[in-house]
Amino acid sequence: MDRTQLLLGLSIALFSLGLLGVIVRRNVLVMLMCMELMLNGVIVSLVTFAQQTATTVGAVLVFLIFVVATAEIALAIPIVLLLVRDKRTLDIDAYSDLKG
Amino acid sequence: MIATLLQNLDTLLLVLFASCALLGAALMLVLRQPMRVALALISTMVFLGGIYGLLGVHFIAAFQVLIYVGAVMVFMVYVIMLLEVRESEGPRYSKLVLPGLAGFVLLVGAICIGIWHSLPAAKVAATAADGAAFGISKFSIAFLNDYWLHFELTSVLLVAAVVAALAVIKVSRRSRHG
Repeated sequence: MDRTQLLLGLSIALFSLGLLGVIVRRNVLVMLMCMELMLNGVIVSLVTFAQQTATTVGAVLVFLIFVVATAEIALAIPIVLLLVRDKRTLDIDAYSDLKG
Repeated sequence: MIATLLQNLDTLLLVLFASCALLGAALMLVLRQPMRVALALISTMVFLGGIYGLLGVHFIAAFQVLIYVGAVMVFMVYVIMLLEVRESEGPRYSKLVLPGLAGFVLLVGAICIGIWHSLPAAKVAATAADGAAFGISKFSIAFLNDYWLHFELTSVLLVAAVVAALAVIKVSRRSRHG
């Protein structure tokens, strides 16, 4: 088992653990953090491939993904704050009326 | 002799960091308090930064620590402290535990089988000692010469995110007063 396989395995494991967390946990903030974990898993695989091909474009892409993730979290957290202020709970089951 | 020792140490550290990152990720699923989950995620991110450092992409490691741990997770911890909603004594997991676990096992199995069949096994390609391609000078020259448009687009995206966050807050204020 060489390095690439190890890192790709780590990436898969992080992504699927994050996905499992999003499905299984009930806390809204924990679900948000599990989404961050999924993103981190994807970034691990991206960095691995970028390092293997030794191109700068991969590194630039990683940087851009960091910025997009920051923008995403800056928008997601106010929404969570407003939801929690409205219903006074972090339990995802209380927000089932968002289904529409 | 010293070179092989250093390479072995490198691999050992890589495995160590990878297992610590996995441990943090697994703890995120088990712990109950959001603050502890956030700390587990922070430790996972720091270990991932260590892995990037070992791979020779030092500035991505620095970005990981600065942007993720320094900005995103501090924001998250701040929100957890701000909300201070005690989680009720109800169940920790939703009703989807069993389907979720089954889907998890299926997904991991499928992806692992796919990767094991598609990757050329034990191909010691140019994985190591390519750190020169990732120097910060080379990166920044390429970044500001070839990818300046994308750089500017990210600033537009950040401004849009700030405006959207302000709009979200304003909508709620209006609905509260009106």
